[in-house]
Amino acid sequence: MTAAPALGRLTDDQRAIRDAVRTLARERVAPRAAEIDRSATFPEDLRALLAEQGILGLPFPERFGGLGADLLTVCLAIEALSAACATTGLILAIQELGALPLLLAGTEEQLERFVPGLAAGRDLVAFALTEADAGSDAAAVRTRAIRDGESYVVSGAKRFISHGSVAHLVIVFAVTDPEADRRCRISAFVVETDSPGFSVSRLEHKMGIRGSPTAELAFDEVRVPIANRIGAEGDGFDLAMRTLDRSRPGIAAQAVGIAQGALDAAAAYAGQRRQFGRAIGEFQLVQGLLADMDARTEAARQLLYTACDEIERGAPDAGRWSALCKLVAGDAAMAVTTDAVQVFGGYGYLDDFPVERMMRDAKITQLYEGTQQIQRLVIARALLARNA
Amino acid sequence: MRIVVLVKPVPDPGEERLGADGRLDRSVSAVINGNDEYVLEAALQLIDANGGDVTLLSMAPAGITDPIRKALAMGATRAVLVSDPALAGACAWSTAQVLAAALQTLEYDLVLVGADTSDGGGGVVGAAVATLLHRPYLSHARKIEPFEGGVRVERLSASGHDVLEAALPAVVGGTQLLGEPRYPTLRGIMGARSKEIAIRTLAEIGLADRAVGGAHATTALLDARPPASRGSTRVVRGADPAAAAAAIVDFLVERRAI
Repeated sequence: MTAAPALGRLTDDQRAIRDAVRTLARERVAPRAAEIDRSATFPEDLRALLAEQGILGLPFPERFGGLGADLLTVCLAIEALSAACATTGLILAIQELGALPLLLAGTEEQLERFVPGLAAGRDLVAFALTEADAGSDAAAVRTRAIRDGESYVVSGAKRFISHGSVAHLVIVFAVTDPEADRRCRISAFVVETDSPGFSVSRLEHKMGIRGSPTAELAFDEVRVPIANRIGAEGDGFDLAMRTLDRSRPGIAAQAVGIAQGALDAAAAYAGQRRQFGRAIGEFQLVQGLLADMDARTEAARQLLYTACDEIERGAPDAGRWSALCKLVAGDAAMAVTTDAVQVFGGYGYLDDFPVERMMRDAKITQLYEGTQQIQRLVIARALLARNA
Repeated sequence: MRIVVLVKPVPDPGEERLGADGRLDRSVSAVINGNDEYVLEAALQLIDANGGDVTLLSMAPAGITDPIRKALAMGATRAVLVSDPALAGACAWSTAQVLAAALQTLEYDLVLVGADTSDGGGGVVGAAVATLLHRPYLSHARKIEPFEGGVRVERLSASGHDVLEAALPAVVGGTQLLGEPRYPTLRGIMGARSKEIAIRTLAEIGLADRAVGGAHATTALLDARPPASRGSTRVVRGADPAAAAAAIVDFLVERRAI
């Protein structure tokens, strides 16, 4: 009984797609969620299902076999999937994140070579910017790409790479000119994961999104053809930032979905669980929790939808919108899932019920694709730049 | 192969409720009748394998197009919706006459119909349509195989199945053993928006002056009641599986269930 957002703002296509993904999430994804979390195994069956249903094709142009959906539609799908299973919602979010550098700056030849496999959902793509000592300070990456004839030789390591161990393509951000200004040191490359010298050096054990493999990647003199460089040399940092401006709403959508899933579970439980001779939902203190959860979730959802529209129409402060929605939705997800556990009481702390998983899953939305602190910096800089 | 699938929008089974007049409240969201989705799946598999097209035929208020659109999204080619204010409250006999008349305006080799509907549950419309059209009727199919000029059906029986054959055109009533209906793909959903839903009035199918519809219903609903409450559920808990199993066996034996 996922609450419907205000209908007026969605097109018929958007509503139909959201409803279809929601049905699939309820019938096929939700029954797998607890096991995916418990086994910490990437749900290859659900990757195949999302591919078959065309869901992984949403962010890609129709001429490459995708559905050419706008950002809001992609986010509606991520939201609907994440309400059932945050790991599964992330499959689409990461596919979009990884593909964005190509979609934003790839040549026609690169698009033709890489996008059809991604749009069909056969190939997965990972976004490899973060390193052990370059997280929030992304410009500090040390992985090197040294030009050698018709190729680059890439050496270094990337950390916290979602889908790093299951991807066929990794978009790697590496230093091409160590002497240049911070913003011009880095370039982006498509690395095919069957390239000699590429390896997965470890998988992280995580608190949440446990079915989504987070990998450390090692690049030992990996040869990458010049044809795989995305954009000009030195454009990498700017491209990474433009990518995140457009991908953060996907994480906000994951957060809104997690919050909605927790709210639905808590509201249903409050109607069933009886104490002192009546359903706990009849007690005003529980009602207060539920009402606040709903208000937070809906507010985050509406900000997300507005942000998607603003980014899609090319708003000059797209980065601000993207940071705003991730900040608000991530905090909403954390607060709402924590309250959901509270509504369940002691039972909420057990893995017999989904809310403890949702609470663990929610935390990541405050951390990745820029911590909440970084979102605040992005927002504040945009505000100050307006008045500069 | 040209296949027509008879589909009926019904109240979402999870939300069914009786209105103040004792009739099913049809203002709740409508979905395609579950059994009809199974025969639609069979039809789609037949055209996937043999080529052809699938036309949906339905009788419903003109406003109820969402469930039809969903069936188009699964892969049907087009839809014909017979809709006329006079049809409100139609009985099964009226419905069969309307669907048979509409079928006479369509070209088809095979008509597929679900075993029954989740709202009315009469299960007679398919047989009545076949009778009106003077076509063979093969019921309770668990498998449908076309061959040159005919169709072979495995009909579910108490002891297994019977194999029936009939010349085309024929009407086949299907069961859920035909196989799970597919989910519409997102591409299918977007493509369904531009597929045709042709709305036909009684006059347009040649039934303007015929005694069909609510005013001519041959049956009347006298009373309807929700099923009696099933009583409380007993959950057997305990760390010892053997003891729990024994408790369940005792429970069943006590009620002469085993």
